[in-house]
Amino acid sequence: MPILTVNKLTKSFGGLTAVSNVSMELNHGELVGLIGPNGAGKTTVFNMLTGIYTPSSGNITLSIDGRDIRLNGKKPYKICKAGVARTFQNIRLFKDLTVLDNVRISMHKNIKYGLLHGMFHSRLHSDEEKRLLDKSIELLSILKLDHKKDELAKNLPYGEQRHLEIVRALATEPSLLLLDEPAAGMNPAETAKLTEVIGWIRKHFNLTILLIEHDMSVVMKICERIYVLDYGIVIAEGSPDEIKSNQRVIKAYLGEDMRNA
Amino acid sequence: MKKLADIKGIKKWVALLLTYAVVQLLVSLNIINDYIMATLTTICINIILAVSLNLITGFTGQFSLGHAGFMSIGAYTCAIIIMRYPSPVSFITGLFLGAIFAALLGFIVGLPTLRLRGDYLAIATLGMAEIIRIVFLNLDITNGAAGLFIEVQYTNWLWLFIFTTGTVILITNFINSSHGRACISIREDEIAAEAMGINTTKYKVIAFIIGAFCAGIAGALYASYFYFIKPDLFGFLKSIDILVIVVLGGLGSISGSILAAFLLALISSLLQSFPEIRMVIYAVLLIVIMLFRPQGIMGSKELSLSAFKSLGGIFERRNGGER
Ligand SMILES: Nc1ncnc2c1ncn2[C@@H]1O[C@H](COP(=O)(O)OP(=O)(O)O)[C@@H](O)[C@H]1O
Ligand SMILES: [Mg+2]
Repeated sequence: MPILTVNKLTKSFGGLTAVSNVSMELNHGELVGLIGPNGAGKTTVFNMLTGIYTPSSGNITLSIDGRDIRLNGKKPYKICKAGVARTFQNIRLFKDLTVLDNVRISMHKNIKYGLLHGMFHSRLHSDEEKRLLDKSIELLSILKLDHKKDELAKNLPYGEQRHLEIVRALATEPSLLLLDEPAAGMNPAETAKLTEVIGWIRKHFNLTILLIEHDMSVVMKICERIYVLDYGIVIAEGSPDEIKSNQRVIKAYLGEDMRNA
Repeated sequence: MKKLADIKGIKKWVALLLTYAVVQLLVSLNIINDYIMATLTTICINIILAVSLNLITGFTGQFSLGHAGFMSIGAYTCAIIIMRYPSPVSFITGLFLGAIFAALLGFIVGLPTLRLRGDYLAIATLGMAEIIRIVFLNLDITNGAAGLFIEVQYTNWLWLFIFTTGTVILITNFINSSHGRACISIREDEIAAEAMGINTTKYKVIAFIIGAFCAGIAGALYASYFYFIKPDLFGFLKSIDILVIVVLGGLGSISGSILAAFLLALISSLLQSFPEIRMVIYAVLLIVIMLFRPQGIMGSKELSLSAFKSLGGIFERRNGGER
């Protein structure tokens, strides 16, 4: 049963077609990889899936609880409310806010008190804030960030900023999680740890995950299926083993780093 | 924990009541004379204006140059009402009506213009304030360029105190609520905020509406204290004045805005004795403060014990400043 159906998705920037006729299907609970050389159009796909870019053509359908929601043309916040969350390749945390605030902001969409309750700090407000605090700490502890809740996001080391991106996305309570190069810039030990965590959160939160990752050791280890993008076109799709031996994929990666695969 | 918070809360209310009572006493004893009272009124009105503009510009990150426009709506609405029906009840009615009109205008103007960014939004809000000014210049009911003389005065220390502390407390609470955090996330990174489920347009408009509402109150307090209003009082320069307080105090710091409102009033009155070069000294002072403290007196911090230490840094030249 697919949770996400992408049909002939295309995005052009002026003369450049960054993504061309991409079709994908993600089944509920799957962990799918999206790989391809630099500039292949992976992030552009994410930006269309999350409403940051409007597709030039094509269709994106999210199916949750038997309901189909057409995502293209929807605003990002609506797509988030529909159950899609993401991280950013070039970290986009709320830098000058605390770790805790970064997480709490993602929970705003489900907040149960209104504007006036907030202004007068009513009982409902304090109860809800308590719930938010507890839940944030619970989520932060998954990536061992709970003891840093009062630090500013910008003061975290790079790896922890990437972790916080994941926690922040989880806090929106998604059904589908899009991770854009979560291991970028991490050392092998950190990467191995992260790989484990991604597997764990998928199980624990019953998530479907689409993962963009350059580090083949991660992708080949945890993805059940992989899509390969090159110059905006899907050139291969299959299990990690199929992808590893696919001639077109090897050729596309010529000159790039396929050695860890 | 709970008890501690309660005690702190009670202490805050006691301190507020004491402040009110002491000033009221000084007013009754005429130790606070008309001149000081006028200064105090200006400070209170400027606090309301600056704190509410800070919500829009400092916390939500939307550059607005039209705050004086919203203020004028409150001023004229209240003035027209109390000139017809001079009574305290109509003063409060006029004040809230003015605030509501300003908020409505904030909504109408905000919805289309808040899609604009940075400089464009600044120009759009500037245009809005100019249009309001020109409308007031040409209406009969506002008596055009000659302005309105209001022969009654209802703004007193009680109302000033209630509306100033009310504005400060409610906006501070708002900032510390989930809705306030939604506004702040827009300032931090609009795209990330949207991706995390924040309806950024909605929260920009909300910040704009709350800000306009408070500016309307400030205008009404002004009109029923200073006896006279005319469109030119609420022009571009007034909006800049308010912005100066906000930037000087620190974008994103409520206590900074309050501090700056006091500081500028103080500087202004000290310079009364040099009328010829007053504006020049004022401008030079601003430039100097901004050179040495580009993030404003408070930065985005709030006044607390630890903040007093960083206050010491005002005259320390910072390397590059914060972003
Ligand atoms: N907003 C944009 N405007 C113009 N070109 C863009 C934009 N975003 C991405 N591109 C281009 O689209 C192509 C794909 O980029 P991207 O999706 O970031 O690649 P990847 O994530 O696979 O490395 C690149 O050539 C990039 O320059
Ligand atoms: Mg990318």
